[in-house]
This record gives sequence, structure tokens and C-alpha cells, in this order.
Amino acid sequence: MTASLALSLRGIHKQFGAVRALHDVTLAVRAGTVHALLGENGAGKSTLMRIAFGLVRADRGTVDVLGTTCAPPFTPSMAIAAGVGMVHQHFSLVSAMTVSENIALGSQGRYDPATVHAQVRRIGERTGLVLDPNARVSELPVSAQQRCEIVKALARDARILILDEPTAVLAPDEAQALLAWLRTFVAEHPSHAVVLITHKLRDALAMADDITVLRRGERVAAGVAHTFTEASLADAMLGPGERTHAVQQEVMPRVDAHTDSVGAHHNVITADAIDVRDPRNVLRVRGASFTVRAGEIVGVAAVEGSGQHELLRAVAGMLSIANGRLSAPSDIAFVPEDRHRDALLLDASLTENLALRDAGTRSGRMEWRTLATRTAALLTKRDVRARDAQVNARTLSGGNQQKFILARALDDAPPALIVENPTRGLDFRATADVHDALRDARDAGIAVLLYSSDLDEVLALADRVLALHNGVVHEVPRDRAIVGRAMLGAA
Amino acid sequence: MDTPIAAPSLPVRVAVLRSPLAQAAALTALTLGVLVTLLLATGHDPGVALRALARGAFGSWYAFTSATLVRAVPLALTGLAVALAFRAGLLNIGAEGQLLAGAAATAAVLGAFTSVSAVIALPVALLVGMICGALWAGMAALLRQRFGVLEVISTIMLNYVALYLVGWLVRGPLQEPSRIYPQSEGLARAFQLPTLFTGTRLHVGLVLAVGLSTLAWWWLRSTAGGFRLRTVGMNPSAAFTIGRVNVSRVSVWAFLVSGALAGLAGAVELTGVTYALYESISPGYGYTAIAVALLARLNPLGVLGTAVLFGALQAGGNAMQRDAGVPIALVHVVEAIIILLVIAGDRLPATRAERSA
Repeated sequence: MTASLALSLRGIHKQFGAVRALHDVTLAVRAGTVHALLGENGAGKSTLMRIAFGLVRADRGTVDVLGTTCAPPFTPSMAIAAGVGMVHQHFSLVSAMTVSENIALGSQGRYDPATVHAQVRRIGERTGLVLDPNARVSELPVSAQQRCEIVKALARDARILILDEPTAVLAPDEAQALLAWLRTFVAEHPSHAVVLITHKLRDALAMADDITVLRRGERVAAGVAHTFTEASLADAMLGPGERTHAVQQEVMPRVDAHTDSVGAHHNVITADAIDVRDPRNVLRVRGASFTVRAGEIVGVAAVEGSGQHELLRAVAGMLSIANGRLSAPSDIAFVPEDRHRDALLLDASLTENLALRDAGTRSGRMEWRTLATRTAALLTKRDVRARDAQVNARTLSGGNQQKFILARALDDAPPALIVENPTRGLDFRATADVHDALRDARDAGIAVLLYSSDLDEVLALADRVLALHNGVVHEVPRDRAIVGRAMLGAA
Repeated sequence: MDTPIAAPSLPVRVAVLRSPLAQAAALTALTLGVLVTLLLATGHDPGVALRALARGAFGSWYAFTSATLVRAVPLALTGLAVALAFRAGLLNIGAEGQLLAGAAATAAVLGAFTSVSAVIALPVALLVGMICGALWAGMAALLRQRFGVLEVISTIMLNYVALYLVGWLVRGPLQEPSRIYPQSEGLARAFQLPTLFTGTRLHVGLVLAVGLSTLAWWWLRSTAGGFRLRTVGMNPSAAFTIGRVNVSRVSVWAFLVSGALAGLAGAVELTGVTYALYESISPGYGYTAIAVALLARLNPLGVLGTAVLFGALQAGGNAMQRDAGVPIALVHVVEAIIILLVIAGDRLPATRAERSA
């Protein structure tokens, strides 16, 4: 049995600080098969595969590649030598270089363009993954860049291909072509294998021979693909809906009590069949229609890369609408998920950070004294722990930074608030505070549109839920199983 | 665990150096310390050399005004140009080229305006110098916005373009009538900037430098436009996401204003000091400006102080070479070492605090 396994990981444990990333996980990839590794965001799929590729060291457990145990320290170069190739979700290509330069990158000895050109052409003829060896990577479309990543792995004789969410960046027909190619790859090489990290149930069921499901760092299901259905996979990925979050136990009843009072208020945001393209002009949201009323929280449930970032930014007025009609107030407050990158001037005072809110529209003199008083009042009112309004934003803890950002967003009572992963990286207490602030905003009559990658957080906070799958929005009942299936695209 | 021990040292350190006077004293002490060390290391008598330096820079009213302050004027204007650009997050290394563009434009205008009254001609010429400096910087801004060319690269390249352009101008269209020397015709007396004190070479450019630095300091601190520029420099992504700031517009304007200030430095140098355009009109003021700005921690008022320090070093360096046989190159080494020390001193406590946090 072991001899026919291309890749075998047994009893893998991995701890990141206080977070248990993987707990006793086993993955057996049979030779000549496509194996789908399924799980929600943060389930541990990528970590497990990074262990198989030598990028992350497991705390415990063994990795066998093609029947040979890889003793620690196991590094990516050893993984490559053993025949493992990995295509990361965010490509590791040098965009200013040509295809052949990228493929030669990392190999030893002299770089001879002619040899590499010939190799690229040969692989193209053999596998159908055709690339112009002289093309600059920055000028290639995303699908060709991905092809380049695969060819790079094949050029190093990869016999086990690991692809991390390969279809997330592709158009539907491109995704179909890639998956079909992966099937041919294993069909033609009975000793080879493919591991497909995905959260798309359909891809897994249609293309994989075997499926392993991870949930919160544990293997919860594994077996031959045809023994699963979309529903059984969705249930395995999302769990039976037991309230594992302490936060959730505390908050669920309050939300339920509130729901009845919603409905009397007017629409603040109305989207009518809107299409949204990302800055690279890829269509991310298709024909989305929904409303957000004053005094309610509408939650968006989606897996990563479904178009939620573009949808939220379009409603916030930061991306233009390609098609359809959007009616939304111009003074919407937006709380982005990446605090440090998008929301704070880390080396400026909290007063200056408050002033940032309308930096684009302000004119004339800055009333620093008034602003400082306002900031100080805000810190007290929203219980932001900072020495005073003049300390730099960097000196605050993550939780207090986020509380400050929310306080700033709500300071001049905006008609609508858009929040994206508002509790990412926060501890339990800070999370509860942020949740309270969001509910207070809702109760004050603000229309709140929320996205969180944590489905339980969406369910805990939202009065109504929009499931977003592959750029298409459906309003769904606030029921864990139904929302889970809708956001995963299961019927 | 070492946080409680490490943390208090930082506020104390900053508090000690917060007053401008203390900063100036520390900087002067540092400069002298480095200079003495280097003099000893190269086998010169520090006493003789330092006396020569002091004499050249501050030894007399004439030395202070006509050597030190005359050099400080273009350093302050270009330093201000660099500081404003850096505050907007733009690494404008091209003050030298923008200065040359401004000087060349001013020379061309005044050359054509021979029959116009100086009351009109001089302001117009300075203004055209500013505009040409701004356009020279605008090329880098355009390259950045349209093609993503890094301004660090393009502005350095444009410095050379400007230098060779001036070289061609003073041998071609702007060459003096006798066509012997590679320089433009000397300015008529009426077209020269008035001096501030009779018997010195110090011209009204000093008033412009002090006025504009003060204005820039106030503008950055107290106006919405200045705040907008700072937000773009600190975090363009947050400026756009939270403040809805039009980042590229602010960047382009910052570039143009920076170029205009450097262009003014060239115009003022031409009308106030050299009275003619030639290739070596700037002994690298636009490059020293980067040091002037960094040493002032990009504070426009601080730029005035560091410009005087560097002006004094260069004026004194000349005297030191003449009277004590110390090569002027030593002064450039001192400048470079101070910059490294100040930058390292700024960074080290910060990184240590980050690490222990």
C-alpha cells in the first residue's frame, strides 16, 4: 500500500504560537491520482502543503515522498529534488524577467538561453502547456503566468504537483482547461500525483479521485471522491454548527432578539444588478442586487477570492461600477481589513489619524486644537486605551487600534458603514468590543455592510445574510448550513 | 521582559533633543567631533585646521555673510525642495538638475529682456526659473505616473540631461557675444539681485529662503493641503482608503512645487552670485541638499539651520585648504559621516523599540 502512495503525511502537528494550526493530520495521496484538499480559510490546508514542500517544519509527524521518508531538516530544495513541485496562490515569478529566465532561476550553473528555450518548447510540446520563452512575465495574462509556474515545476522533474487554489485567479473556461490538464498529467504518468488545495466543492467532486477535508487543523473526512456529495462535503468543511466560539455563545441570543424590529427602516444602499471589475479589469462581481437598510447589519458570507473585496470597495465608492446601478450615500465610512496598510498613519498622532478621515475634502487651516479635543473625547467615549490623543497610532495594541478606527469611522454619524474582517488578529476581548461597537452603530440607525472570512462572525452579527459565490450574490436565510452551502456554491 | 527597561530611555532621549537649540548644539558638537577625529587620523594639526575653518566661516562679518550665508541660500532653497518632496514620499534626487534648469531659464529670459525695466524683468525671470524647475521635475512626475518609472532613477538621469543641456546652451544659443568663453553674457547691474548689506555679497535671496522655509513650515503644519501632502508621504494607501485623497494629484503637485523651489535656487544663484550661466554654476548644491534636508529631519525650519551648517563647512573648508593644507575633500567626508550617524541614530532606537514591543 505504501509503495503506491506518491505523497504521504502522517500524524502532522503544527503550532503557531498559541494557535493550533494542525493536529494529528494524515494525508495519503495515491500515485496516479488527483487529490483534493478541502477546507475553509484557516483550516490548515496551505500549512499542511507548505510542510510537504519543506517551507514549514512540522512539530511532529513524518513526510514520505514517493516512498522515501524525508528526514528533517526538510527544505524546499530537498522537496524539489525529491520530485515535489508547488504552485503557490500568489505566484513566485519575477515579473520583469522572461519566461525562460524565470524557469532557469534557482537552478545551478551557467544560464544558457538556448537550452532553456528548447526545454520550454519541449515541455510545451509534451504537455500542451505552451509558452513563449521570450515573453516577459509582466506582460503575460494570469493564466499564462500560472502555466509558467507549472512549467517551472515540470522543468525540475516534479512528479508531485501541489497547486494552492489554482482556479481562484482564472476565468471559468481557463479553470476548466487547467483541471482537465491536471487529469491528463496523472493519467499519462501513473507514478505521478496532483494535490489540489481548494475550497470549491464542485472542482473537488468533478476532478479529484480522492478528497481529504480539513476543519480547524484536523482531518475530518477522507476518502474516494464518489463517496461524497456537495452537501456532505459542505457539512464536513463547516462542521455541524456547534458553537465553538466563546464569542458566539455570548452574542447569538441578543442578535436573535433584535431581528424582529428590523424592517421598518428605509434603504440606505441599493445595488441593482451591479458588475464590478478589479483594477486589473477582471470581472469580480456579476449582477449583484441587494439593499442595506438603516439600522441593520447585512453580512456577506464568502470564501476568499469570491469578489467580496471588490463588492465592498465598489459600495464604498472606491471602485467604479462596470454595469448596473448603485445608489449609496457619498459619505460612507469604510473600515478595511488591513489596518496597518489601509487605515492608519502609524507614525502620526491619533489626532492626525482622526483628521485623516476627511483629509481629501478639507480645505483651509487645520484646527488642530479642536481636533485634539475631539480625539480625546472619542478615546474616552469609545474606551480606546491610549495615553492621550498625541501618541502615535503605532503605540496602541491591535485591539485598541481597531477600536480607534471604528470610533473614527462612526465619529460624524455616517449614514452607512462598511467593515471588512473587523476582528482579524484580535483577541477575545477586543473582538467582543468591536462586535459591541458594530451593534451600537446598527442600533443608532446606521446601515452596516459587513464581510468576515469567519462565517460564525457573520452569523453572529448579521440581521440578514448575502452569500457571495464566484461573484454572484444571493440573499439567504440566516441558517448556518444554508449559508455555508450557498457560499461554497453547493445547491 | 526587557520592555520596561528599554522603554523609558526613549522618551528621555527624545525630550532632551526636542528643543531646536539642543538639536543644533548636538549637531555642531557631532560635526566638530567627527572633523577632529578625521584631522588627527590624517595627520593634520586640528588646532591650526579648525582655526582656519572658523576664520573662513565665521572669522569676520564678511566671511559669515559672503562665504557662509551666500552658500547657505541655494542649500536652503534646494534643501527645502528635497524636504517637501520627501515629506510627500517622493525621493526627488533631482534638485541639481532642477536648479540648473531654473538658472538656464533665468539667464535666457534676462538675455532677451535687455530693454525691459529690471522691476519687471527680474521677478519675471525668477518666476520663469521656478516654472522651468517645476517642469524639469514634472518630467519625472509624468514618467512616474504614466510609466511607473521610479523617480529616484529618473531624477538622477535628468540631472545629467540638465548639465549637458547647460553645457550646450553656454556654447550655443546663450554664449556671450565674443564667443570665446563657455558662459552666457554677464548680467547688467540692474538685473543683479540687490545685496542686503553694502560691502558684502549677501543678496536678497536669503530673505526668500527664510520666508519660503517659514511659509512651508506653517503650510505643512497648519493647512489642509500640507496635511494632505503629509498623509500621502506617510501612507498613500491609507490616505486614499480612509481620507479619499487623490494621491497621484498630490504627488504631482508636490513634485512641481519641489522643482519650482530648486529652480528658484538656480535663478537666485544666477542673479545673486554668479551673474552669468556656466556649466559649473552649482558645486553640487542639489546633491548636498539631500543631506541638508535629511539632517533637518525634513523640517523646513530645520533646513535653514542645516543649510547654514553646511554653508559654513564649505566656506570654512575652502579656508582650511588654503591656510592649513587640509584637502576640501575632508569636509565632504565629514558631511557624509554626519548624515550616516544621524540616520543611524534615528533608526536604531526605533528598531529597538519595535523589536521589544
